[in-house]
Amino acid sequence: MKILVPVKRVLDYNIKARPKADGTGVELAGLKMSMNPFDEIAMEAALRLKEAGQATEIVAVSCGPAANQETLRTALALGADRAVLVQCEGELEPLAVAKLLRAVTLREQPGLVLCGKQAIDDDANQTGQMLSALMGWAQATFASRIELQGASEALVTREIDGGLETLSIRLPAVITTDLRLNEPRYATLPNIMKAKKKPLDTLTPADLGVDTAPHLKLVQVFEPPQRQGGIRVSDVAELVGKLKNEAKVI
Amino acid sequence: MTLLVVAEHDNHNLKASVRHVLTAAQALGGEIHVLVAGCGCEAVAEAARALPGVACVRWAEDASLGDGGAENLALLVTRIAREYSHVLAAASAFGKNWAPRAAAQLDVAQISDIVRVDAPDTFTRPIYAGSVWATYRSTDPVKVITVRPTAFDAAPGEGAPAPLERLDAEPGSGLSSRKDLSLSPSERPELESARVVVSGGRGLGSGERFKALLEPLADKLNAALGASRAAVDSGYVPNDYQVGQTGKVVAPDLYIAVGISGAIQHLAGMKSSRVIVAINKDPDAPIFSVADYGLVGDLNEIVPQLTAAL
Repeated sequence: MKILVPVKRVLDYNIKARPKADGTGVELAGLKMSMNPFDEIAMEAALRLKEAGQATEIVAVSCGPAANQETLRTALALGADRAVLVQCEGELEPLAVAKLLRAVTLREQPGLVLCGKQAIDDDANQTGQMLSALMGWAQATFASRIELQGASEALVTREIDGGLETLSIRLPAVITTDLRLNEPRYATLPNIMKAKKKPLDTLTPADLGVDTAPHLKLVQVFEPPQRQGGIRVSDVAELVGKLKNEAKVI
Repeated sequence: MTLLVVAEHDNHNLKASVRHVLTAAQALGGEIHVLVAGCGCEAVAEAARALPGVACVRWAEDASLGDGGAENLALLVTRIAREYSHVLAAASAFGKNWAPRAAAQLDVAQISDIVRVDAPDTFTRPIYAGSVWATYRSTDPVKVITVRPTAFDAAPGEGAPAPLERLDAEPGSGLSSRKDLSLSPSERPELESARVVVSGGRGLGSGERFKALLEPLADKLNAALGASRAAVDSGYVPNDYQVGQTGKVVAPDLYIAVGISGAIQHLAGMKSSRVIVAINKDPDAPIFSVADYGLVGDLNEIVPQLTAAL
């Protein structure tokens, strides 16, 4: 089975995002960019399925500017066999990404698409579900356990409000990964070197016949209302007094 | 303008979040319809009729809708969505699951987790774990929106019973089926709607100590229990306790953070709480920057003292 793993290049997890001074976007110039952490989990899940003999090939795909090659090289260093860059400039909304991924999926014919449940930049949590809808496939979002039952069915345990749900889904399908699915590996130096020689193809939205025009207009990006820190109390008695008499919450 | 609110329920009871979504819908203006889709959910449809400000309840009853699966629900919503200017649901595990699917089928954008209605076509939502907010204007004929429940008050009271209209379900897609549902049993209030939340982090050190220290405190306060990602990853508590960017977003009257350092990703899920108390041994922990009352010290001593003092 071939597995397609979409990966997104995002502002690194450890950097606090700030709006640009003119409010037209988030300041990214000169800041460290990394693979979306949820996509690392998806990549790890794909690698484990391949190592278990349940997958034969892993194709990483990313949509965005030429700089996304770096993210794809990371995916190749982690163990993807090939990579596809759909190169385009400007903001891509989740629907546009889903349409591009649909076109790549139709070309590649994977048995499974594994992607992160959300990207930590726009926090949209949409692309996997949208791709699944456009393909007319089953979906299993927020996966914490994946068990393939041959090539036509998977059992997926999902993290939902209040507990866990296990679905049986028909394959091919889209599965989106949650935090507890696995702990991703790091790329080793020899694998980083090897990744430079692995195939990385570049396509454009025009090649794929996809219109990526936005449906939303960004009006403004700004700092949310800031919460002010309060005071330090010296002991439990003072804390209880404040909660009773000042905050009046107990 | 007519709006559709898709109600979350378990075939027996409406989730409290529907009243928060109604408030967001009321801010948009227009006539509000509520969709109740499920199996054996007549009582839910009846309860929805009494929600305030609802003009019509549309009720779809079919075995294929019983487990709330995204594929079948999205097909149903897609079929009727063009009758509406907006389709709204809570930004919960339920709403996040099917809403993008319906939006893609309608070829419209989906707007996730809104915290503010600026105009009928303009909405504000947090991005980057809430470090930044962004306002978007939609050009789509149908706006498919998920609403952050804590950002909108619950619509209070009851309305005159709204008319009930039966809807046919779509033929089941057969793409997926539920094999198991294991909900953590809890006598406590729901995390998202609790008035008080007691939340623990890695500082607790073990699942046993989490339970031994925080449960008695939560009992005293009739509080829900929450946790940081670190505590969930360490296996102290189940995943559904997690508060933060990728877990639940809460805004109780009182949030007590015990042994939680306060990573941005955790703050994203709790910084709208009315009063925040932080108990941590590290005086430089970022959690103190958002806490109204900070107490530096050993949680093993402080928490039992606090429980005893209440």
